[in-house]
Amino acid sequence: MKKTIFLAAALLGSTSVFAATELTVYTAVEAEDLKKYAERFNEDHPDIKINWVRDSTGIVTAKLLAEKENPQADVIWGLAATSLLLMKGEGMLEAYAPAGLDELDSKFQDKASPPSWVGMDAWVAAICVNTVEAEANNLPTPTSWKDLTNPVYEGHVAMPNPNSSGTGFLDVSSWLQIFGEEEGWSFMDGLHKNIHHYTHSGSKPCKQAASGEVAIGVSFAFRGAKSKASGAPLEIVIPSEGIGWDMEATAIVKGTDKMDAAKTLVDWSITDKANKMYNEGYAVIGKQALAKPVEHFPENIPESMIDNDFEWAANNRKRILAEWQKRYDSKSEPKS
Amino acid sequence: MRSADPYLRIQNLTKKFGEFTALSDISLEIFEGEFVCFLGPSGCGKTTLLRAIAGLDIQTFGEIEQNGKDISSLPPAERDFGIVFQSYALFPNLTIQRNIAFGLENLKKPKTEVESRVVELLELVGLSDQKDKYPAQLSGGQQQRVALARAIAISPGLLLLDEPLSALDAKVRGKLRHEIKDLQNRLGITTIMVTHDQEEALTMADRIVVINEGIIEQVGTPQEIYNAPETTFVADFIGSMNFLSGVRAGENRIEVGEQVFTIDNALWKADSEQNHDVVIAIRPEDIVVGAASENCIDASVDSVEFLGPFVRAELSSPALSGQSIQADFSANRVRSEQLEVGSKLQISLPVNSIRMFNRASRV
Amino acid sequence: MAIAESTNQVSTNWKEVKSRSSRDDRQMLVFMGIIACYLVVALAFPLYAILSKSFENNDGAFIGLANYIEYFKTPALTYSIQNSLFIASITTLIVVSVAFLFAYGLSRSCMRFKSGFRVIALVPILVPSLLPGIALVYLFGRQGMLKELLFGHDIYGPIGIIISEVFFTLPHALIIIMTALSIADARLYESAESLNSSKLRTFFTVTIPGARYGLISAAFVVFTLTITDFGAPKVIGGDFNVLATDIYKQVIGQQNFEMGAVVSMILLLPAGIAFFVDRIMQRKQVALLSARAVAFDPKPSRVFDWAMFGWASVVSVFILTILLTCQYAAIIKFYPYDLSFSLNNFDFDRMDGGGWTSFFNSLKLASWTAVVGTVIVFFGAYMVEKGRGFNAGRGVFQFLAMLPMAVPGLVLGLAYIFFFNDPDNPLNFLYHTMAILVISTITHFYTVAHLTAVTALKQMDKEFESVAASLKAPFYKTFMRVTVPVSLPAILDISIYLFVNAMTTVSAVVFLYGPHTALASVAVLNMDDAGDIAPAAAMGMMIFYANVTVKILHSLISKGILKRTQAWRYR
Repeated sequence: MKKTIFLAAALLGSTSVFAATELTVYTAVEAEDLKKYAERFNEDHPDIKINWVRDSTGIVTAKLLAEKENPQADVIWGLAATSLLLMKGEGMLEAYAPAGLDELDSKFQDKASPPSWVGMDAWVAAICVNTVEAEANNLPTPTSWKDLTNPVYEGHVAMPNPNSSGTGFLDVSSWLQIFGEEEGWSFMDGLHKNIHHYTHSGSKPCKQAASGEVAIGVSFAFRGAKSKASGAPLEIVIPSEGIGWDMEATAIVKGTDKMDAAKTLVDWSITDKANKMYNEGYAVIGKQALAKPVEHFPENIPESMIDNDFEWAANNRKRILAEWQKRYDSKSEPKS
Repeated sequence: MRSADPYLRIQNLTKKFGEFTALSDISLEIFEGEFVCFLGPSGCGKTTLLRAIAGLDIQTFGEIEQNGKDISSLPPAERDFGIVFQSYALFPNLTIQRNIAFGLENLKKPKTEVESRVVELLELVGLSDQKDKYPAQLSGGQQQRVALARAIAISPGLLLLDEPLSALDAKVRGKLRHEIKDLQNRLGITTIMVTHDQEEALTMADRIVVINEGIIEQVGTPQEIYNAPETTFVADFIGSMNFLSGVRAGENRIEVGEQVFTIDNALWKADSEQNHDVVIAIRPEDIVVGAASENCIDASVDSVEFLGPFVRAELSSPALSGQSIQADFSANRVRSEQLEVGSKLQISLPVNSIRMFNRASRV
Repeated sequence: MAIAESTNQVSTNWKEVKSRSSRDDRQMLVFMGIIACYLVVALAFPLYAILSKSFENNDGAFIGLANYIEYFKTPALTYSIQNSLFIASITTLIVVSVAFLFAYGLSRSCMRFKSGFRVIALVPILVPSLLPGIALVYLFGRQGMLKELLFGHDIYGPIGIIISEVFFTLPHALIIIMTALSIADARLYESAESLNSSKLRTFFTVTIPGARYGLISAAFVVFTLTITDFGAPKVIGGDFNVLATDIYKQVIGQQNFEMGAVVSMILLLPAGIAFFVDRIMQRKQVALLSARAVAFDPKPSRVFDWAMFGWASVVSVFILTILLTCQYAAIIKFYPYDLSFSLNNFDFDRMDGGGWTSFFNSLKLASWTAVVGTVIVFFGAYMVEKGRGFNAGRGVFQFLAMLPMAVPGLVLGLAYIFFFNDPDNPLNFLYHTMAILVISTITHFYTVAHLTAVTALKQMDKEFESVAASLKAPFYKTFMRVTVPVSLPAILDISIYLFVNAMTTVSAVVFLYGPHTALASVAVLNMDDAGDIAPAAAMGMMIFYANVTVKILHSLISKGILKRTQAWRYR
């Protein structure tokens, strides 16, 4: 009986044995872009087949950490730099200086030399406002983070739960940097009063704003632009205090037995071609000189990005999340 | 006539289910070609004994020898027997001939041999025209025959029948009794049948083993069991029996109430020791109407029960100090003597029909 | 003669006779051992792994109860216990009442359209538990079509969870209560009628007591399903935390595996208690079944029949509304701003969750689970039921077979991570394969399948094996030629049960799927999570279509097979 199962596994696993090398690549890149990424890479390297494992930032991070003792991934391509820093701390990443590293913005690479990870593009926080719903509910369009604490927005705002969403953590850690610890928490106290619900995923608040489930979603600009492109009545607001951001970045997982192919992929991930590809969706990329404006993206993004201290965020992650959970996650007391 | 060595020898067999002792120290010998019935009330242990012989529920202590070989601890598959259960346990998804062939197919015999043996067996049980039917399409009696044919197909040394007729109605049962007995005679196969039906046992068995509460009460031919019961249980369980309590009143004399009965000392069965307090037993059909030289009593008819060919009358006599007695009279005699409730008559208890037991052993 | 002999010979041999085992016995023992090993590896070891994990810190050192102490010091987490109990209790109350009235109508009235109602009521079994939540967003969300019906209450939270769970658990309760009502003895009703007892009085003195074990059993099943369900609270729960979502959040959101293990252990408690009480009830229910009971045949009654018809209609409309809403959502372009029809939402390759591949993976998983699972389960049940000797081992096997019912899927899934992803585990290579998904799914649904098999085997003449042994037939011959053909209806039932559940299950597999093995049900979850709620509804409907198709195929095939092999059933 057991044999049958193993046989089954063998048969099922053998669907694609013909490419020379197969890389298992973990990613949090939006699902709709994955095919494009693999195709462009294969234009230059047809002999390497990418097997994507795609999930939200939180889940991919959890997976990687869970598999720490026995890594399944060869390469991580497109995961938050904060997550990669966490893994670097656990000693899970293989340091590697890809070809053409010096052309990459210094912000977009690990401080160590050789770096444990290299950046691809930045994804920035933003507020998605449904103009139809805002009008129907007489809501003014917010222009700053602080505006969101205005009682008129009560029950109209959704944001990601930082405990499960990378975007949520990015929001919280940036507010603490922008406002300082004390003021940051009191800002969130005010915001919490207006929150209708916290979501598990970072893109969901914006998608919900797009479909009118809420009027305002705290999310990230990329998602807002996508939804706007598909016809949602959205306005994307870059708050005046500045916006938190994180990088999507690439790294080699320590212990991979396909080191050459992994290095080839990481080399390619910082080429001009790759950066132009990132630029199709993201306004801010590792080689900003190549960047062109992206449709539906607000233009003032690079200037609004705060000087994000990733190391600080990674080092304080546990404490911040615990504090957040203590303050806001117990919102849902039993109703009985 | 019989060979000195029994075909099946059971020695000191005891079966316990937890604290409950189902069979206690059973010893028994069965000879080749015999038809033996295990007879007893339900729960007496007769089926347990059969299952121990088959190896289906192995005994706790004791030994079983079959054909000179110790099989005490063998699993059923390594013993030599065929079995028919009360439910027949026919395989419902196989046709009659596939059911019968089931055991033959395991003997690694050529196919043609298997098929010809099946044909032979179907003929033997008279079901040749039903061979392609499924068990559910047959009557109970036919199913019973299929089960029998399947059991004897592999020519086992021992045939075990566990209440094979009890699921059938009275008419079919009577017919099948003869068929089974006839078949057994022809094949000469040693057979053990479990039954709670004394009529079945009396008509079919060469020897009957009467079992009660886990012990053997008596082993004997049907005649022995019926005519010479060794215990009050056997006397009571097989046929009908009058029991009268009395005391010994000297050699060949027993006093019941005011009546003194003459007895034949040779018919003491209960124990070698002859106690003071005794029970005498006589079958209703052995009671004779009319005056006789010995054991004659005046009685009156208290009630009459019509049982077809004969009538069973409940009689009482002041001489018996309140103990009543049943007597069977033929329908003819009832007519000629004009017996009815209230009639007075004289009856006698023939000396050679009276059996004596110790009162202590009366169940 | 015999007596005289034996009294003289007492104590010749007081050594206890031990049955020697036959080749069959030994072979069966080996097979039972193999399947027992399967259960130990697929169930006992992983559960031990998760238990010990709850006593360890991040580095794997034993820290006693420290994790538990931390848990109970965190109100955000402990509130979930109350929340879970609250949701499960209310749902149980509603579902048992609703299902009882529905079942009462089906079995005791002469209302029309009975078979239609029965089919509709069983529909929720064919969809993932996430689907009702998605429908509720469209019905009662901010842009909901019927949101006025909530009078300003918010669907995200307990209300939404409870409605979803009612939908999800209703068929399970219905099946149990239908069984309980169908075994009621008509003679009791006749005597009640002859005593001029009023209908109402009969209801309370005959019907309710007769069905009480069924009702209690249904209550426990609903309670367990609800408290361990993760789909509904995940989709529609908003910020209303329950134990099941806490496990997910601890593990997926915070990578806090130890705390996930702690919550798992806490979730095991109520599920385990409910399970054992239910087992006791089931036993009593069986005892209640008298062999001579006469089936009840309802007589028409205008008012009563129409009242029951009304109730059945209300329940059916509820179920169909949920289903049709999802269907509608799946084919609308951009609700609520563009209501034109489009198949865009079925373009799964552009969404999270693994695309169309995940759907085909699910079909693969379900097929493997149905085939391999049925073989393992039926074979195991056969060994336990028909083997000889080794009673202690059989007892252990029986316990292992019953255990999965008490283990929530999430707990099992997490336990599998701990056990199978340990690099020291020689079975480590299974991780992320289709095989581990098949194993976890078979194990998750083992109990019901096992009980179905055991029931079928028990109904067979228990002397088949004795006869076969006397005919020197090896057990596998009897098994293949008699046992399997005779049990074919039950075997087919087991396979379809495993298939349907493998298609819809999320909980155990959500932690286990890998790069090649994304699943449709998990895709529904992930798409909803990412806010792609319409495609999530579309994928949910795909699962529904697949299950309906397979169910129809299954019934056609069973009819065909049964016609051929069960000819003996018809005289």
